[in-house]
Amino acid sequence: MRYDIRLTVEYHYPAASDHVRNILRLLPSDSSRQRVRQRILTISPRPDERREGVDFFGNATTLVAWHRPVGQLSFHLRAEAERLAEPEFDLSPPLPALAAQRAVGGLGPASPLHFCAPSARIGASAAIADYARAALPESPTAREAVRAVGEALHRDMTFDPTATDVTTPPDVAFAARRGVCQDFAQMMIAGLRGLGIPAAYVSGFLRTTPPPGQPRLDGVDAMHGWVSAWCGADQGWVEYDPTNGQWAGEDYVTVAWGRDYADAAPVRGAIRTSGPQDTHHKVDVIPLP
Amino acid sequence: MTRAAPHPPRPGLLADYAPIPGVADELLDPTGQMRPVWAPFIRQLSALTGEEVSRRLARGAQYLRDAGVYFRLYSGGPTQDRDWPLSPVPVMIDDAEWQEICAGLRQRAELLEAVVADLYGPARLVEDGHLPAELVAENPQWLRPMVGVQPRSGHWLHHLAFEIGRSPDGSFFVLGDRAQAPSGAGFALENRMATTRIFSDPFPRANVRRLAGFFRAFQTAMTDLSGSGRRMAILTPGPNNDTYFEHTYIARYLGLTLLEGDDLIVENGQAMVRTVRGLEPLGLLWRRIDGEFCDPLELNDTSQIGTPGLIGALRQGSLTLINAPGSGVLETRAFMAFYPRIAETLLGEALKMPNIATWWCGQPKERAYVAEHAARMMIGGALETALPFAVDADAAAGDALRGQTGGALEDWLARQAGALVGQEAVTLSTTPVWADGRLVPRPMTIRVFAARTAEGWTFMPGGYARIGKSDHASALAMQAGGSVADVWVIAKGPVPADTLVSRNAFERAPPGILPARAADNLYWLGRYVERAEGAIRLLRAWHLRLAETGDPAEPRLMALHGHMAGLGLAPDKPIPDTLASLIEAARSAAAQVRDRFSPDGWTALADLAKSVETLSQKVTPGDDAAQAMSVLLRKISGFTGLVHDNMYHFAGWHFLSMGRAQERADNTLRLVQAFAAPDAVPGALEIAIELGDSVMTHQRRYRFGPSRETVLDLLVQDGQNPRAVLYQITEMRDHLARLPRRDGAGNGGAGLSDLDRRLLTLETDLQVALPGALDPDALVDLRARLGGVFDLLQSQFFR
Repeated sequence: MRYDIRLTVEYHYPAASDHVRNILRLLPSDSSRQRVRQRILTISPRPDERREGVDFFGNATTLVAWHRPVGQLSFHLRAEAERLAEPEFDLSPPLPALAAQRAVGGLGPASPLHFCAPSARIGASAAIADYARAALPESPTAREAVRAVGEALHRDMTFDPTATDVTTPPDVAFAARRGVCQDFAQMMIAGLRGLGIPAAYVSGFLRTTPPPGQPRLDGVDAMHGWVSAWCGADQGWVEYDPTNGQWAGEDYVTVAWGRDYADAAPVRGAIRTSGPQDTHHKVDVIPLP
Repeated sequence: MTRAAPHPPRPGLLADYAPIPGVADELLDPTGQMRPVWAPFIRQLSALTGEEVSRRLARGAQYLRDAGVYFRLYSGGPTQDRDWPLSPVPVMIDDAEWQEICAGLRQRAELLEAVVADLYGPARLVEDGHLPAELVAENPQWLRPMVGVQPRSGHWLHHLAFEIGRSPDGSFFVLGDRAQAPSGAGFALENRMATTRIFSDPFPRANVRRLAGFFRAFQTAMTDLSGSGRRMAILTPGPNNDTYFEHTYIARYLGLTLLEGDDLIVENGQAMVRTVRGLEPLGLLWRRIDGEFCDPLELNDTSQIGTPGLIGALRQGSLTLINAPGSGVLETRAFMAFYPRIAETLLGEALKMPNIATWWCGQPKERAYVAEHAARMMIGGALETALPFAVDADAAAGDALRGQTGGALEDWLARQAGALVGQEAVTLSTTPVWADGRLVPRPMTIRVFAARTAEGWTFMPGGYARIGKSDHASALAMQAGGSVADVWVIAKGPVPADTLVSRNAFERAPPGILPARAADNLYWLGRYVERAEGAIRLLRAWHLRLAETGDPAEPRLMALHGHMAGLGLAPDKPIPDTLASLIEAARSAAAQVRDRFSPDGWTALADLAKSVETLSQKVTPGDDAAQAMSVLLRKISGFTGLVHDNMYHFAGWHFLSMGRAQERADNTLRLVQAFAAPDAVPGALEIAIELGDSVMTHQRRYRFGPSRETVLDLLVQDGQNPRAVLYQITEMRDHLARLPRRDGAGNGGAGLSDLDRRLLTLETDLQVALPGALDPDALVDLRARLGGVFDLLQSQFFR
């Protein structure tokens, strides 16, 4: 499926903020699952520094900085991307055999070894690990385990934009049984890591106009977050969206990934003067014929 | 090791010194004979009477107190400063043995550099199977944004420390490497200063290797690295850090600027210091904060102590960080299991000095070994970086763990596997410690500091040993808070005196810089101290009148009470809590700038705070409290005297003085508003003159007793009276004129800034105002315009 993607992110600082410095992860890149035909990121006011780069995990980054006080910022992305369907087949080993395979991963950016240990925003959680274990079917393969945990979260957790914020740890969201896509994804990652399945946080886009006759999905009014899980050397990485309880297939476009939200955050920023700020996101992901 | 042979009888001090059997002792050899390197020292110590020793120990303790040496203790509750726990008897090491130690550690420093360069570069060690990938990939100290960065200096490591101990067989081994941001080099200097005051006799000191050369070599190396025209600085997490004293000490000793993350910004890949003069480029930063907190933009985004963009500056090669962030990964406990083989792979030679035997439980064979020998192991986290005996270390003896895990140690090890390491429960040597008039053996480790210079690694000759508290010589015995001793490396003959002070050259240091934050703190220090002084004067006036009249409802007392209540100083208690808060505010501002501040000044403030606390508890209203206030006034004058008579007139001093002048002007304006008001109670004018410290002057200057006009003239418009508003405004203008200017910042016509203009108009208005023109409305206006000076100061200097 091909998409025309438009994203606008706006920040307002009532007290003009000096020395704003951000790292943006807003540009989708090519991968085995997607082809990006064009991507244009417009930023206003014009930054005093702008530098494109690639981070450790292979995500496209844009460093921007303003040396003068700014009262508002806007980032506007226009991209055209094609996404392939998530494979249906299961080449993954039985779950207990996965650990032996991941050890050969090395230190490259896609090595599963980066995604096993607790990370800054996803600490080890016995409660979530127990929950994930309870969700498993009898003798699952790794891929079946991924789906089982994702489906359980979709079933048991409530989508609620008022329950959490961007810094809520997964065990807090889990205790409340509610949250937004970021919480769903981070809970699922904590659960999968607890089972020994390497799991990553993915940020990106979800199509905003549902196919005819299908309901509009949760989380489409902003950038979306879901999970990538490593299912052995043969299967590789698979992507699952626990917020909507489905494989992240043709309706999704990946922008960035990492160990947790902090690695993949669309806008990481540092503002010198503290004070209230106000953010608006607007996303359109329109299927192209 | 068998029991030590029975000692032949030893004279005096050593008579009942009994080393632990099976443990090496620094003082006595295995046959019970004193090692020659100790002889001169023991001879000297033996010649002293018990009284003399006590007197000398007191001298050392006094030195440490005067120098303000402290470390900070976190104990869950409020942080506390603790005196430095010096153990007075130094550890003696023979120079030849020391050279051997250095040779071993030099090789180890090269090894660590090669390992860290590989981990952030080609990662061959992992690829070729010399280091398990998961120990790196799961390691919180392996900072991914640093992968691929080439440090500008060509090296990751510039300053290292090694914790070494002596085995029962007499050889040294490494317990741990400190590569993140080693602390202690400054404390080593203080150990030396204090120990030298205790044992001041020229011999054996003449043969002790000096420490200053190490610092000079490191300073030269840093100067070369920073690049011409760019600044060098120390990056501290701030006054709440446990070793903040050392940061300020090294900053002063080496002439480096002490910075916090907020003092820096990065523009176009260049790190800059925010100074009162504007932005100044920085070439080298000796960081005392952990790598992961250096840059919230690319590393830990919750860090409040870093600088956004710092990693970018490293990547662009405009800045050298000592050490490069990410070097903390070398401290990983499990790496110890692999260093011996890595040395042979990378350096082609065996380790000259072994490290503590370590087995990583991620490997089945090693895990089985750990399980089998658990009784002689310390078992702890594989990715832990704390030293085996650090206070927060998680290592525990295998024995204890067996108890905790219900006997199923093997199962537990298998479950945790790669998360654990076993380390040999090593035995350390003992060294004599002075306790209750005699020498007793206590376990010790030595911390050796290394610095990279153009000629390679150089080592601080001694200076720092940790001494355990108990008489068990296991590494775990070091966990319970012990003490620290100097280490004397004894040469064959006298060594040349050598201090950082260059003896024949006259060379001025480049002009210092004043970070904007430091200027801000100095200004507020000036204000708070002056405000406290004003408060003390008010309290004294009230209590004096209370003593005279005995009637709190007397109109003058009521008037004073009303004025004081408006300042939060209502004397419901003889010494209201607000006074202590003011002194605390002054102390907290001073704490932020301790590197720019004499230890005497700091001690004076501490003394003042303590006096307020003690007096608050016991004084009674009236005469008693009035006398207490006189005591406090003398103490606070002691502080201001130190500052204004002894402090060099750097830019910082001018900010401090401006704060003081502004506070004093404001205080006087409040006074005349309250006590020289047209409707003030009878006797109020006298109060204004007394509080304005101008009783004598008023008598001499005016023919008749006080009137509203004479009080306003003397306390507001007089250019000769140091208590008058006009005088203080002129002072502020003088200070301002001596401060550096930013190009173009706020400068309007005639090169005047908004601040210049404000002070000039205030000064002129007061000079030309006719008697009687300063009605209450004019005073309100005056105070508002004066208050605005801070905003102008802030936008001109403190941003």
